[in-house]
Amino acid sequence: MPRLLEIENLRTQFFTSAGTVRAVDGISYNVDEGEAAAIVGESGCGKSVSALSILRLIPDPPGRIVDGSIRFKGIDLLQLSDVEIRRVRGRRIAMVFQEPMTSLNPVLTIGLQLTETLTHHLGMTKEAARARAVELMGMVGISDPERRLSQYPHHFSGGMRQRVMIAMALCCEPELIIADEPTTALDVTIQAQILELMKDLTRRLGVALIIITHNLGVVARYADRVHVMYAGKIIEQGTARQIYHEPGHPYTIGLLHSVPRLDQPRKEKLAPIEGQPPDLARLDEGCAFRPRCRYAVERCATEIPPLEDMGDGHYSACWEKDKLPQPQRAAS
Amino acid sequence: MSVESAAPGADIGAAPSVAKGETLLEVRGLKKYFPITAGVMIQRTIAEVKAVDGISFDIRRGETLGLVGESGCGKTTTGRCILQLDRPSEGAIIFDGVNLVELDQRALSPYRQKIQVIFQDPYSSLNPRLKIGTIIGEPMKVHNIEPNVNKRRARVSELLSICGLDPRFADRYPHEMSGGQRQRVGIARALSLNPQFIICDEAVSALDVSIQAQVINLLEDLREEFHLTYLFIAHDLSVVRHLCHRVAVMYLGKIVEFAECDELYDNPLHPYTQLLLSAVPIPDPVTESKREHKMLKGEVPSPINPPSGCVFHPRCPIAVEGCSGAIPELRELRPGHWVACTEV
Repeated sequence: MPRLLEIENLRTQFFTSAGTVRAVDGISYNVDEGEAAAIVGESGCGKSVSALSILRLIPDPPGRIVDGSIRFKGIDLLQLSDVEIRRVRGRRIAMVFQEPMTSLNPVLTIGLQLTETLTHHLGMTKEAARARAVELMGMVGISDPERRLSQYPHHFSGGMRQRVMIAMALCCEPELIIADEPTTALDVTIQAQILELMKDLTRRLGVALIIITHNLGVVARYADRVHVMYAGKIIEQGTARQIYHEPGHPYTIGLLHSVPRLDQPRKEKLAPIEGQPPDLARLDEGCAFRPRCRYAVERCATEIPPLEDMGDGHYSACWEKDKLPQPQRAAS
Repeated sequence: MSVESAAPGADIGAAPSVAKGETLLEVRGLKKYFPITAGVMIQRTIAEVKAVDGISFDIRRGETLGLVGESGCGKTTTGRCILQLDRPSEGAIIFDGVNLVELDQRALSPYRQKIQVIFQDPYSSLNPRLKIGTIIGEPMKVHNIEPNVNKRRARVSELLSICGLDPRFADRYPHEMSGGQRQRVGIARALSLNPQFIICDEAVSALDVSIQAQVINLLEDLREEFHLTYLFIAHDLSVVRHLCHRVAVMYLGKIVEFAECDELYDNPLHPYTQLLLSAVPIPDPVTESKREHKMLKGEVPSPINPPSGCVFHPRCPIAVEGCSGAIPELRELRPGHWVACTEV
């Protein structure tokens, strides 16, 4: 598959009174056309900021992309003018946010919000846009679309609002959709519906997907390639199978041991990662995970481990990556 | 005999019975309806939200009972009724042989010590203007358990270290702490009155996975050390499997299935439970690729006007004509495994 997006050494920082927060600290990854990539990590690891950086949606001040390049089909998005990037947003790269309530305007009808994108980006007439909106609503599984277009966001349930957001993301037939925790606010059965819908539509329309989540189950079910983030850096990259069955970073191993399994009876207590994630404004030298790492050696305190290939496109940023014990997860 | 029609305190054959262990809490025919009013000067009730609609269960001493279901199924209201924060519309809450529903506020006071709660949101459940030490010490002052200031301070330090926090945190404010630390404060506060029974209402849901695992282990350690009994209200079915002995599944104000933990997860009988479990993604791509993903269609109907008969029938894949008529009773299909469905 040809490359769609190439992110190289991206650095996004926030300049606050408490100091410079290195929210995204030199990350690089690629997304192929039609691929479903996942960015996994916990609160404050920089995963959302990395996604917002792609569309240059970082509020400035206090934030700024200080370094790196984001090449989308050969165009460096960071070099575009404000007018040019606006033609990319929503048109070629669309975004689905976590909170369907706050990302829809409560005083405008669903129809207006959906057709606005179409008339703005594609220059459709109002009638044509409305017809397309009806079609899109049907596509995302909203029944009686004609009537529902004249309703307001508060008439819709959380799951239905997220379907509207997906319809909005799809309306200009983008090449890439970035979904930032698209189902975190939803119940598990609605989550399954929405993710299944996104997977089905992106596969069918050949749209690439970057899904940002903290839920390891969602990643296992829907992602081809996984990028694990910790303290502003990607610490492990690989296929979902590599990440879950041969994790090459102590943090990934820790995460996998922290989640109870639905499909297995309880065997023993969970093995959590001790301690707290670091303050991104006050990072020490060396590996950011070191204070919580049970495999740390002396070198970890002084030198930051680079992201290195372990073979088969599986990358890990750990000095001890070859010595880590493999979890006994039956690959049944 | 139907659970729904049971009078408070009556002997209810259909309620899941206690096989072993002493019963600490019995919930009998619990109903909680919230009125919807209209009118400015003269308020009239135009409808009712049937948040909890006739549920019965027991909790044994030392056990963790899981109460699972989606938003709006009534699991939190059930917890609030047990705490007597909401007075039930109907039904009995029998704690240690005493029906709490019949007690007035003064008589309830000793039970408020014995039954504590840990809330979901560690940000809004701690007063931002009080120091951690005051937050944890306050209940002891209110209930006059430790009137001496110095002894109370010592007890606060002890509670903080039990919950894995530095005793110096007593002089900090909530905003200086992370979500996981705040949840530990919430747990320390719940423990301050030496309770027998703690309701954990989505107590680990707001936490990141690595922190969540820490708090789950803490809850387990405390259960053993202080012989606690938990009602663990949650929507995360994986966490419930890990932590609970028995599990009740709620849907639209009713219990649809009730069983021992592994029995429920390995042999779910109610179609709702089956679809709910199928919706949960498992953190293993190989398992996931082999799993059949059955989707639950549509959304939860309004509890103001719930469907007739079995409340699940409009979304149920195996519903037959009769399902819209009679309300299915909980039946014991396997030992200790109760299901409210006529078609299984």
